[in-house]
Amino acid sequence: MLSKKIEFMVGIFVALGIAAFLGLALKVADSGLQGSGDTYQLYAKFDNIGGLKVRSAVKVGGVVVGRISNIHLDKSHYTPIITLDIFVEYDNFSETSSLSILTAGLLGEQYVGLDPGFMDEELGIEILQPGDFIEDTKPAIVLEELIGQFLFSQSED
Amino acid sequence: MLDKIQWLGRTAINVIAGLGRAAFVLGSAISHIPNVRKGLPLFIQQVYSVGVLSLIIIMVSGTFIGMVLALQGYTVLVDYGAEGSLGPMVALSLLRELGPVVTALLFAGRAGSALTAEIGLMKATEQLSSLEMMAVDPLRRVIAPRFWAGFFSMPILAAIFSMLGIIGAHLVGVEWLGVDQGTFWSVMQSDVDMLDIIKGGIKSLVFAFVVTWIAVYKGYNCIPTSEGISRATTSSVVQASLLVLGLDFILTALMFT
Amino acid sequence: MSENLVEIKNLTFNREERCIYNGISLSIPKGKVTAIMGPSGIGKTTLLRLMGGQLKPQSGEILFAGHNIPELSRNALYEVRKRMSMLFQSGALFTDMSVYENVAFPIREHSKLPENIIEKMVMMKLEVVGLRGAMHLKPSELSGGMARRAALARAIALDPELIMYDEPFAGQDPISMGVIVRLIRDLNDALGLTSVVVSHDVPEVMSIADYIYIVAEQKIIGQGTPDEIVKQDSELVQQFIKGEHDGPVPFHFPAKDYQAELLGGKS
Repeated sequence: MLSKKIEFMVGIFVALGIAAFLGLALKVADSGLQGSGDTYQLYAKFDNIGGLKVRSAVKVGGVVVGRISNIHLDKSHYTPIITLDIFVEYDNFSETSSLSILTAGLLGEQYVGLDPGFMDEELGIEILQPGDFIEDTKPAIVLEELIGQFLFSQSED
Repeated sequence: MLDKIQWLGRTAINVIAGLGRAAFVLGSAISHIPNVRKGLPLFIQQVYSVGVLSLIIIMVSGTFIGMVLALQGYTVLVDYGAEGSLGPMVALSLLRELGPVVTALLFAGRAGSALTAEIGLMKATEQLSSLEMMAVDPLRRVIAPRFWAGFFSMPILAAIFSMLGIIGAHLVGVEWLGVDQGTFWSVMQSDVDMLDIIKGGIKSLVFAFVVTWIAVYKGYNCIPTSEGISRATTSSVVQASLLVLGLDFILTALMFT
Repeated sequence: MSENLVEIKNLTFNREERCIYNGISLSIPKGKVTAIMGPSGIGKTTLLRLMGGQLKPQSGEILFAGHNIPELSRNALYEVRKRMSMLFQSGALFTDMSVYENVAFPIREHSKLPENIIEKMVMMKLEVVGLRGAMHLKPSELSGGMARRAALARAIALDPELIMYDEPFAGQDPISMGVIVRLIRDLNDALGLTSVVVSHDVPEVMSIADYIYIVAEQKIIGQGTPDEIVKQDSELVQQFIKGEHDGPVPFHFPAKDYQAELLGGKS
């Protein structure tokens, strides 16, 4: 009873819908496939995490290598501990790698910059294993503290 | 004074009776197990007249709204040197609000009014009665496929709307105003979450439900005269639009805060 | 007389405040053409809708082959409706389908017959009403008389036991009127149908009906075969069948006193 034309048009309509949805999911939100990739966990302690949020990116030289999956406060030392989900394809960061909390542009979001350290097996420096803590961390820069320090150093002169 | 109380009571009774009738229409239309052999062709036919025929207006509006958003957003953001945030601004406005809401409003005007008028006319020309006398339930034969087609089509239309809006914004923002292509997409990707898409989709499903429900009910329940049909069509569009806007506020409050 | 297919007993029906029927009883014998006549606006169509179960009476019984229509459950009602059909005044053809599809529609809905058998059935029904040549036309391309004949083909598609005609002669030119009169009679005799014709066209009804009920003022005012009706001495019946403009059914709609309203209306 249905004409071929109607079936064809409905087919195109549904295909367009799927294309639009996939476009939104992959191109716009950029999650879906990549977000569900396998990850391993690393931990890090910070003095101050500033405006870092769960799902903030972990970047090496601007390339996203993972995301923050959890932020909580270590109750014995009252320091924040973050959990980093790192994609398994990046599995050879050395123990001397360092983390710093950076800001994308002046008003942009904060993210964790990972600075890969050197590797030297003779010195006993090894690759980070899942579950390890990254020791070398630089806290977020808090603008008020920065201004405070600046004024303090001015007044000393 | 007594008159006014009586009026209030009568109005309340009418409203509740109307809601009951609407619930009955919807309930009987969708409560049965659809017959694939007979139901699927009817459903596809309706997806064509409700969804495919609304495609052009949705595509054109989506593109232009995206372009306008980019243009307006750029002039504000560039003052703060934040034109890099143009991507997420456009994408989030479209996915969270404009995509589902504008699609629902256009859908109510384009497809909802047509549904109401078509069903109303079928009632006026005794086609619905005639179905009943042929032992075919018009709720299943006429109302159910139209309802499901609307429910199915609107989220698809909303997704197409949002996607084309973002492409329109890309045209204006990147190609014309010179926002960096890489910044436009990457900032958008880092700021837009899969949850935004899902929540937008939920909104769209709720709107689809409300708009098609009102459209088929108004048609089925209209006074079968030319004046009755014109009133039913008007009130179908007006009530659907108002309900969409009201529900949008409630849904936003529930999901995005 | 032979057994009755439909029996209506003590039927009372009110639409909102207005009383349409007040305790009427009538019976429709099997295999005959029964006509229900009466002035416009007294609810003859309503009576058909009551018989089809589309409206529910306030009280009384409507027995169709032993089933009491108002008491049936929704499903049972749909089962019973498969045995009856109605020809609506407007024809009520589905405007989005061709004539062929319209006639095939009830067969498709209620059977799982293969397409080649459906095609033969549709051809036969269309041949009966003389519209086989018009089967690919859309309802909008048909004249009023042709549309009614197409609707008639659809109404008999499933060989119902009872067929109800709602004003089949209204608004027809003399030729199509003659065609429909002949069709109703022929179908009734050839297919062994039971027919109910609701109409106010006196000569046409007189020429085909086996039995006539005349309804007015919420009850039956006269009944009998056409010959008996002509001889009845009720003024109302005589006024109706002769078409006199004034009589027991007054020319004026009930109103206040004319003079009083003219003189005092605006003050």
